[in-house]
Amino acid sequence: MSCTDNYNCNTNSRREFLLSGFMATAALAGCSTKSNPFEPENQVVLTGEKVKLLSVNGEVIEIDKAYLKPVPDMPHVSNAEERRGIAGKKFVMVIDLSRCKNLRKCQSACNHMHQVHPGQNWIKVLGMDDAEHTAAYWQPTTCMHCDEPPCVKVCPVDATFKRQDGIVLIDSDRCIGCRFCMAACPYTTRVFNWEEPLLTKEVAAMDYSCETSIPQKRGTVGKCDFCPDMTRKGELPHCVSACPNGVFMFGDLNQDSVTNGAETFRFSDLIRDKSGYRLMEDLGTKPSVYYLPPVNRNFPYESGLDNESAEDKKFHLK
Amino acid sequence: MENTTSLNNEQQVILDLLPQKFGLRGKIWTASLIVICLVGAFAYYRQLKNGLVVTNMRDYVSWGIYISNFVFFVAISLVGSLITAIFRLARIPWRTPLTRISEMIAVSAITFASLIIIVDMGRPERLLNLFLHGRLQSPIMWDVIVIGTYFCISLFLLYITLIPDISMLIKAKDKLGKPFSKLYRFLGGFWKSDAGMEKKRDRIITILCILIIPVAFCIHTVTSWLFATTYRPGWDSTNFGAYFVSGAFLVGAGGVVVAMYVFRKAYKLEKYITDMHFDKMGRMLVLLALLYLYFNVNEYLIPAFKMKKSEEAHLTQLFSGEYSLMFWFAIMVGMIIPIFILIFKKGRKPVPMFIAGVMVVVGAWFKRYLIVTPTLLHPLLPMYNVPGNYHAYFPSWEEWAISIGTLAGALLIITILARIFPVVSIYKTLTEDNEKID
Repeated sequence: MSCTDNYNCNTNSRREFLLSGFMATAALAGCSTKSNPFEPENQVVLTGEKVKLLSVNGEVIEIDKAYLKPVPDMPHVSNAEERRGIAGKKFVMVIDLSRCKNLRKCQSACNHMHQVHPGQNWIKVLGMDDAEHTAAYWQPTTCMHCDEPPCVKVCPVDATFKRQDGIVLIDSDRCIGCRFCMAACPYTTRVFNWEEPLLTKEVAAMDYSCETSIPQKRGTVGKCDFCPDMTRKGELPHCVSACPNGVFMFGDLNQDSVTNGAETFRFSDLIRDKSGYRLMEDLGTKPSVYYLPPVNRNFPYESGLDNESAEDKKFHLK
Repeated sequence: MENTTSLNNEQQVILDLLPQKFGLRGKIWTASLIVICLVGAFAYYRQLKNGLVVTNMRDYVSWGIYISNFVFFVAISLVGSLITAIFRLARIPWRTPLTRISEMIAVSAITFASLIIIVDMGRPERLLNLFLHGRLQSPIMWDVIVIGTYFCISLFLLYITLIPDISMLIKAKDKLGKPFSKLYRFLGGFWKSDAGMEKKRDRIITILCILIIPVAFCIHTVTSWLFATTYRPGWDSTNFGAYFVSGAFLVGAGGVVVAMYVFRKAYKLEKYITDMHFDKMGRMLVLLALLYLYFNVNEYLIPAFKMKKSEEAHLTQLFSGEYSLMFWFAIMVGMIIPIFILIFKKGRKPVPMFIAGVMVVVGAWFKRYLIVTPTLLHPLLPMYNVPGNYHAYFPSWEEWAISIGTLAGALLIITILARIFPVVSIYKTLTEDNEKID
């Protein structure tokens, strides 16, 4: 098979893709001298132990094990590719409100992985108690990754954009900080880097990527990005894997399946059987995030109040 | 004054209307404006250094006083098109002493509208991205285009109507002395007042006047769309374009009335800006205030009749909540009291007119603040998981300093223009047959 770039491979065969990715990383690792990546590395001490790998041409080849070095991340994806997204995918999330007890593990994992500024959150767990005699429930709120995103419509410089896999991302290298997207978003999901982000040295030294959204930049907008760096690796977004109650289910609409890691569901069945809905359907924004109503709950609403800050408690009706 | 203007009379008019050196008051005025601008510049330096964190805007109230100030500037700049273009095309004879003033206001206001919007940007150094990566579907791009166009037309209109005056200024070199003689020669040295050139100039003015009206409507309509294209209660309104344009004409006319009074006092122009002019502008102001009031009724009372849940929080906060004082101040002082002053003949004398004009302008400034901020405090989803100070907004000293600095800057430009050029067109006053010019 002929692979021109990584994401094409991914669509054809995940195993092949992983192997060829491995090859590429192995090749890259083989010449890790930063000054000149094309200079062959001579210092590798051969172990004599060979491993079999599948080459990009489909041949099985053998290389010395010494050349296999674990690389923490995928090879760098270009900005143009980050903007295109992963072909053939349509990412969706299902949030089961009957399982949420406001533990906020999603939030802390997200904040940690995206280096969100202290005090700000990309995921908010909203205590929904809008009326006196209605049932209160906890509603984790991410970016809705709308199919008709109001934020993308108003961005004057294409800094926030919709990818072919349904993800709405922000390019912080392009954002001019006008904050029109924040005014336009009906879900108020966007946050702004009002001051210099607090970054560790390692993070600050990293190359910026729209997919990891780090390092964040002062004077630009940030928001939940559906962790496209994780999905590219075939892994789940951080909030999904961090939630101990399996509230978040993530998957591909084209494959009609979503998973929270432990359980996997057929998306269409899940939505039909549990009467899934989307937020503010009437606005026509067509979110990619679906909610399952808080019926037959695992936890009473009150159990979540312990986690609520004193500040937030003031605004609760119940 | 007809065509029988004697030579002496003509000399007198020129002498009256030539730009004058500032007296002590003028110097103090200019110096204080410069100081205010410098304080604003220092605050902006702090903002550039530390980021927008020096403001009190946060994730919910992500637009604050800068944006309301921007809307105010765009609004007041509309007066250039009202007085110059609409009055000219409608052949309103008494406009002569008012056109230059309104054009000066328009040019300075639209300049500072563009500046304050850059101040609001988180990444001002990426301004060029608007041209490198610009997307036409964003209302911000429309605003950039129409405001740029309006700025050019206003500046050109101011300049082209100035040319015959500049040639008179060149002739009056002995009276004016050195300071701006080079500038005058550069701007108007080529002008020969023969019939051919006159005719050309006149046609250009007519074309500009026709062009500027739709562009003026566009700048404020598009500015209103920055809000109306969102889903927020208080902004999600089909009424917004007309509401903004009518408010803009009102504040612009109010601004002209204030300027008329000040220039008349400072330059002793009682012979040229007469009580008749105040009377006419007073009637104009009543009409515009009633019009704006009408749109306000539409804007607030119709949603209040339905009281949709999302609107309810917003409206009760304006009518009787934390913004009620400012809201009723803006409605009463910005519209209703001026209407009551100006419907009486005595109210249309210069001094009460000046007071009414100031009220309209001040009320309008707060009205813009009310349009921008309270809405943002009522998002469609509840506000949780944020620091306490995200739930409210009051501008920081930096925001005040920068905003007041831009207001002072706009006044400074008007002051400088009035120092260099005649505030009432000498040429027009002399010919005084503007009904016939077409």
